Amino acid sequence: MLELRGVAYRYPGYARSVLQDLDIAIDRHEIVGLVGPNEAGKSTLCLVAAGLAPASIGGTLTGSVLMDGKPIAGLPVHELAAWVGLVFQDPNTQRSGVTGTVFEEVALGSVNLGRPVAETVARTRSSLATLRIEHLADRDPMRLSGGQAQLVAIASILAMEPRLFILDEPTAQLDPEGTRLVGQALRRLAATGTALLIAEHKTDLLDGLCTRIIALDGGRVVLDGPADTALESDGLTGIGIQPPARVRLARAIKASGLRVPDELEQVAAGDRSA
Amino acid sequence: MAWRRADQIDSATAPPARTGGASLSPADATYLASLAPPAPTTYHRLNPLTKAAAATVATLAAFILGGYIGPLTILVVGVLPAAFAAGILLKLGRFALLISLPVAVSVALVSVFTRAGETVLFVIGPFDATLEGVDFAGQIMVRLIVVAMALGLFGLTTDPRALVVDLEHRGMPPRVAFAAAATLETIPAMIDRATTIQAAQRARGLDTEGSLRARLRGVMPLIGPVILSSLTEVEERSLALEVRAFGRPGRRDLLWSLPDSSRQRFVRWLLLVVLVAVIAARVTGSMPAFL
Repeated sequence: MLELRGVAYRYPGYARSVLQDLDIAIDRHEIVGLVGPNEAGKSTLCLVAAGLAPASIGGTLTGSVLMDGKPIAGLPVHELAAWVGLVFQDPNTQRSGVTGTVFEEVALGSVNLGRPVAETVARTRSSLATLRIEHLADRDPMRLSGGQAQLVAIASILAMEPRLFILDEPTAQLDPEGTRLVGQALRRLAATGTALLIAEHKTDLLDGLCTRIIALDGGRVVLDGPADTALESDGLTGIGIQPPARVRLARAIKASGLRVPDELEQVAAGDRSA
Repeated sequence: MAWRRADQIDSATAPPARTGGASLSPADATYLASLAPPAPTTYHRLNPLTKAAAATVATLAAFILGGYIGPLTILVVGVLPAAFAAGILLKLGRFALLISLPVAVSVALVSVFTRAGETVLFVIGPFDATLEGVDFAGQIMVRLIVVAMALGLFGLTTDPRALVVDLEHRGMPPRVAFAAAATLETIPAMIDRATTIQAAQRARGLDTEGSLRARLRGVMPLIGPVILSSLTEVEERSLALEVRAFGRPGRRDLLWSLPDSSRQRFVRWLLLVVLVAVIAARVTGSMPAFL
């Protein structure tokens, strides 16, 4: 569905490319976790995949970005918005500021796409229900907790029904409760069948959710594989990414010389049924 | 006059909502109507354009008429009864006083002591307070109060969202509507950010308390970070709107609309005619003598 072929991107005014020689393809229904240390290029990759870079923020893009085999270069962002949705880190900057209720805030994207009112209402209700935030519908978007505001931001993109949903560190500015709420929302989002690309430091959030992990370092892909094996890879630790708690626990038990129970071995290997 | 549902928008002011083949259920239509800002009185429920027209005509007419009788007539016959009907008479009075007082005091001081005149009331140092100066200051203050009350009446009875939605229904581009509404939201956001940055600076030893001079000195290091972070936020906000297709050209089907009526349209035209008549009378010098 989304394909990046030999992509390199340089911000305006910068001499060095932030992304280099990227070849990434994301298929329908795939749930991809994007990890990497600070300044690895995760947010930039999100902007490029959503068509905002260079269309809105300038800079130089080489290579090609394809959606369903068609290049997106030159397409206006509002046209791409119906295909690719992007949720940013900060829930506060994603509020439009022009709506009085969460319902209107969630409906805004669909309204902007020029959809008829009945369709917008149906999509808005469905998004609120999917994320289980119907109870927030009549609340003022300015008076929500960080976690609730981020759920509203996710719902507002979901109401546009994009085929690829990109989330750029959606829990970076949230407290543990907000992170838990967003984590649950991501699982519900994954259950809808929408393809997801989630840039995130917190590997515990990605563990059990993603089917595939891509690790970036210095703007290049250094690891790309199935989530269960990738999250246990020493390669992640090598670039400063902390593996999920289950992997760390298993490693700690092994390092202490204790016997790892079979069930934990299975869990550590990604078999959650154990 | 009741607020109308999204599927009952007046065709004269806005096209009926497209429903894409499906129609809104009565429950959905009622819910969408409930999203409009609350309007507790008949005056609140007037179309924002009607209230804006009334405020504009009252303001301009007060200045064009000048003197005392014209502006006071506008105040007594138009603004005060409307404020009473809207249930905000006292609130509006306080608002108008707060807004016009600082300007009125400076105008009074400047006019009373600098306006040339034959009747000197008293002298302070090199300045003569003249009767002509007092008269001029009085006229200006009356106009200022009428303007403050007329605009205050509009502001206190009109939710900015209602105005923005109504203007968009009338063809104003969404970008302009957004700029107007977002500006109002930016101010509290900037104050919040300045408070956070100030706290961070104080944690690093910046003295922002004590004398006026110390406080002013404390403000200087805030200016750069507040402006820069505001610019960053503006960029993020604009990107977040873009991914929600905000830049898409063409019509949007808004979720709710505001009522308008042929009676209100007539009133707006009448206000315009009155304004033109006042301007014509002033230009041609045919203003009634009592004004």
